[in-house]
Amino acid sequence: MKIIQEIGAYVWLMYQAFKRPDKGKVFRRQLMMDFQDLGANSIGIVAVISLFTGAIIAIQMAYNIDNPLIPLKTIGFSTRQMMIVEFSPTIISLILAGKVGSSIASEIGTMRVTEQIDALKVMGINPANYLILPKITASMIYNPVLIVFSIVLGIFGGWLAMMVTGLSSSVVYIEGVRAWYDPFTITYAMIKTLVFAFIIASVSGYKGFNVKGGSVEVGRASTQAVVYSSILIIVFDLILTQMLLT
Amino acid sequence: MIELKNISKSFADQEVLKDISFVFEKGKTNLIIGQSGSGKTVLMKCCIGLLDVDKGEINFGETCFSCFSEKEKRKIQKEMGVLFQGGALFDSFTVEDNVMFPLNMFTKMSLEEKRERVNTVLKRVNLVNANKKFPAEISGGMIKRVAIARAISLRPNYLFCDEPNSGLDPKTAELIDELISDLTEEFQMTTVINTHDMNSVIQIGQKIAFLHKGELWWEGDKNVILKTDNEELNEFVFSTELTRRINRD
Repeated sequence: MKIIQEIGAYVWLMYQAFKRPDKGKVFRRQLMMDFQDLGANSIGIVAVISLFTGAIIAIQMAYNIDNPLIPLKTIGFSTRQMMIVEFSPTIISLILAGKVGSSIASEIGTMRVTEQIDALKVMGINPANYLILPKITASMIYNPVLIVFSIVLGIFGGWLAMMVTGLSSSVVYIEGVRAWYDPFTITYAMIKTLVFAFIIASVSGYKGFNVKGGSVEVGRASTQAVVYSSILIIVFDLILTQMLLT
Repeated sequence: MIELKNISKSFADQEVLKDISFVFEKGKTNLIIGQSGSGKTVLMKCCIGLLDVDKGEINFGETCFSCFSEKEKRKIQKEMGVLFQGGALFDSFTVEDNVMFPLNMFTKMSLEEKRERVNTVLKRVNLVNANKKFPAEISGGMIKRVAIARAISLRPNYLFCDEPNSGLDPKTAELIDELISDLTEEFQMTTVINTHDMNSVIQIGQKIAFLHKGELWWEGDKNVILKTDNEELNEFVFSTELTRRINRD
């Protein structure tokens, strides 16, 4: 029963959030701030994790290929496929759920307990629209950029690892990266990224918006935002994979 | 003028407001007083549209505010200024941006005009050279003054203040009271103040409603509140050693 109530409250909040902004100029300003907070500030962590993961995938592939019948270009191919199909859209989204999700929930939650949301409401402003819509929009625009960046860096990380370890030559690795390319994998990755970005921003926004109490509850909402977003990302990963790849 | 007609409000089985009727007059500082848990905050939240009443009407002039939908309420809310207990300033905005916020949302003023209005209201609340500071960098009294400046930046018809003196020293509290009283007279607003500070009651209580266990127990003004024989009110008014001594003297 409580789950149904929560889903109902979430849908109602999204209905409020997806109304026309009161003032376009103010919305654009909020959007720019959220691009900075939620997007640009995540570049560092995405870069480090993608670079190292690409390198690890490539080394593990090289280690596992001991059969002479399997060509060495499989290393580049597998690294590319894993980065595009699963690692960048899903694992990076899980990391962003931790970083961005907790940030959104704690920011909005703090505004709730310090009456800033009430202040917006009594000014005649739709607080859900003012606070949550720019964050969802920013996430859905910026996350695909971060994911493409992650894919590129992951593949580059794999190449770098091959060059340092000498497990494969540059030419063979790049040949593998270019082999059997299916453009739909990028479409698939982008669809997943958009869905996950929406989940991260909306679930975290919902959790923060409905905080009742004080700082302890804000912390709890922040944790719940990360947990719920992560679970939903994994569930939707399965659903989307089933829908799009089979 | 704001008219409350037979207001009732309950949470689950608990009736928090019981059949309250009262008139907040224009150009006066109207005080709602009472002990913690008497229903003051709920009454104010109903007046500003954060809670819906179960029974009765809240009329702003001739308009029935409590009959409106959320969307319709917003039109009246744009005529309100609200000072929250903690100030409720936006943390990520500077003082100037906080005061300018309602102007950005609801006016088509140029940046120059908005800056001029911001400086005027900040000067009016005796805050100069604080424009570029963030709320975390200013004192509690200054936060209240910035919140008042934000509340009056759109020249509202109605000003609501929820415990404007809480957490302030007596001197600063008196200054805030004076400021609210002066602004009420200057802009001819209908001001409603929620308080349990007896200094405020004596200083600016032009019209007072005393709530007790969710009921309107007594109404009057600062001139008669110390002379009443209402037992519950006297218990509230003379609950501190200071007021008891004043009464004895």
